[in-house]
Amino acid sequence: MLVWVVLISVVVMLVAAVAVLFLKDFLAVTAAASVVSLALSVLFVALQAPDVALAEAAVGAGVSSVIFALTLRRVGLWKLETKKDK
Amino acid sequence: MNFREISGLIFIVGLGLLLFALLKILFVEQLVTGGIGANILATAPEEVGTANIVTSVLLAYRGLDTLGELTILFVAATAAGLVLGQRSSDAKHDPDAGFILHSAADVLFPFLILLGAYIILHGHLTPGGGFQGGAILAAAFFIPILASPASPLNHRVSSAIEGFAGAAFILIGLFGLFGKGDFLAPLFGTGEVGNLFSAGSLPLLYLAVGLKVGAELAGLLAHLHETEAND
Repeated sequence: MLVWVVLISVVVMLVAAVAVLFLKDFLAVTAAASVVSLALSVLFVALQAPDVALAEAAVGAGVSSVIFALTLRRVGLWKLETKKDK
Repeated sequence: MNFREISGLIFIVGLGLLLFALLKILFVEQLVTGGIGANILATAPEEVGTANIVTSVLLAYRGLDTLGELTILFVAATAAGLVLGQRSSDAKHDPDAGFILHSAADVLFPFLILLGAYIILHGHLTPGGGFQGGAILAAAFFIPILASPASPLNHRVSSAIEGFAGAAFILIGLFGLFGKGDFLAPLFGTGEVGNLFSAGSLPLLYLAVGLKVGAELAGLLAHLHETEAND
């Protein structure tokens, strides 16, 4: 059971990490990077390090991806669609 | 050699060293067991009184490192605030979020506060603690801003909380210095391992850490969100 959880999270992590390299859309890259952190936190739980897993999930998957997304917005790489543009 | 080649070379050397160390551990030496880790596992519950051993290392045995970590976070948040700059008073806000994010923000806010407070206050009993709970508190205060960007965070309050929490951490450390002779020495005895009110001054320290991290991250996120978007 545990082997499968570890295997799935490792595969998800690797796929997301490769997706970060090859995706063209910046917002999608941010989402993929946060998936890497999420899978890594599952891996930390499997390695019996719940403290690190919590930190990874809260900071790696949560706060840092929000910071990335906001930065993209500020530097103009992610534009919001307003109703006038449509 | 240009910059790209040099950085690639440095990366390859670092990766090689890392793999070498891993292979050496795997095939040549046995993993080091015993030593300081086993010592801490054996003595921490009665010496410090925490059920969560990680907390006893973070706040008691290596409390000074945690103070350094807080300082790094403070400097990073301050630098980001300096770089981000001011917004002009007539700058446009982002448009209001839709119905789903609005209702989700209203529903999630109390639960996120509760979860963050639980993780901070039980830092000495269960996994988690000031840093993790602080990040969750910051998220709790940031989601409403995301839902309605025109209602800003009160930066004066968040900096006041941050300052008081940081000062409280150092004050508790100084009480330890004058009472027990060591900076950040645990006070008030250990209590009974596993109770909410145990482990002496460690829960107070974690409360200070959690409030500081939460206020700092919330301030940083709100600052990022308030800076003008150029579109």
